[in-house]
Amino acid sequence: MAARVRALETILVQKGLIDPAAIDVIVDIYETKVGPRNGAKVVAKAWTEPDYAGWLKKDATAAIASLGFTGRQGEHMQAVFNSDDTHNLVVCTLCSCYPWTVLGLPPVWYKAPPYRSRAVIDPRGVLEEFGLTLPPQKKVRVWDSTAELRYLVVPQRPAGTDNWDAERLAELVTRDSMIGTGLAKEPVAA
Amino acid sequence: MNGPHDLGGQMGLGPVTPEKNEPIFHAEWEKRALGVTLTAGAMGHWSIDESRHARENRHPVDYLSSSYYEIWIKGLEALLERHGFVTGRDLAKGRAVDPAATPKRVLKAADVPAALARGGPCDRPATAPARFKAGDRIMTRNFSPTGHTRLPRYARGKHGVIESVHEAHVFPDSNAHGQGENPQWLYTVVFDGREIWGDDADPTLTLSVDAWESYLEPV
Repeated sequence: MAARVRALETILVQKGLIDPAAIDVIVDIYETKVGPRNGAKVVAKAWTEPDYAGWLKKDATAAIASLGFTGRQGEHMQAVFNSDDTHNLVVCTLCSCYPWTVLGLPPVWYKAPPYRSRAVIDPRGVLEEFGLTLPPQKKVRVWDSTAELRYLVVPQRPAGTDNWDAERLAELVTRDSMIGTGLAKEPVAA
Repeated sequence: MNGPHDLGGQMGLGPVTPEKNEPIFHAEWEKRALGVTLTAGAMGHWSIDESRHARENRHPVDYLSSSYYEIWIKGLEALLERHGFVTGRDLAKGRAVDPAATPKRVLKAADVPAALARGGPCDRPATAPARFKAGDRIMTRNFSPTGHTRLPRYARGKHGVIESVHEAHVFPDSNAHGQGENPQWLYTVVFDGREIWGDDADPTLTLSVDAWESYLEPV
């Protein structure tokens, strides 16, 4: 595949159709600038500011844009909030739709057939493979990203973090907790 | 199309294998595959819907045995050939042999951050009032189009409830085939797990799809 991609890039550059330096910039942006730390900031802010949480629930696109996270594969956002009753899980069964602006590029498993096939029919079994066992009474809601809406799961705030500020809380927000394949990390006794 | 990409509910594909400390890219070529796909798309000659269809419109054996970046590259080659930018001879030789169509634009490195931050919103002005409102009971249509669609097979011919009404969005089923954006109202439709999978389904499960208006019938 390496040779095939190199050949394709060569052809397009020779024909003047693409700028190879533009590829370097794209790669740099998704390696160093756009990733799950963006989403963690959104979640931590929602945990600490009820007004922001309300805005995020009502108009996630605008609330997330207010932190500077806009653009490709985040044009239309919806935040879904875990609760004592319900656990949310996001999948794209048809391709690989994923909220790039807040989570960066999707992991391989998210785009691969096992997750895409099973998240909708056996979500608890899938979560077990991530080491997460939900209580039997917890409701499971699966969101299949079939259109251009991109979903961000807002995990529940861990107990024992009452006096924490948003910056510290963001450290507890993992990528998987914002897909729904995990929970936010528990605070470790300092 | 009832293609290999429509994976919801299929069995036998094995366990999910999360990777600890997964790198963003697993090989140098994946970086170039991402960049070539995005820069070629930025020429402006095909929509995201057409590119999705180019990826899914593959033999199932090929689709299921390719990594996602491989699927992207195979889809991209098809798009470039279809739109006159690359020929089979170019690809066979691994260098530019034949002349190419003239691109509408070429994305320059300096313009990348702004282009990515802008993205490509898909909402459009609605041409008619929304047919459904939150709480309405609906049935999804049962169909098997040979072209692109975003209603998964598992969600066809099923009873559900409109949970929310979004804006009018570009309709992928026509846009993927160069037949216009034809914006339609978009809804989040929620189903009981047992409606989709039968009596053995997890009784706590609900699932939703985002569905364009023409996918839905009132009940």
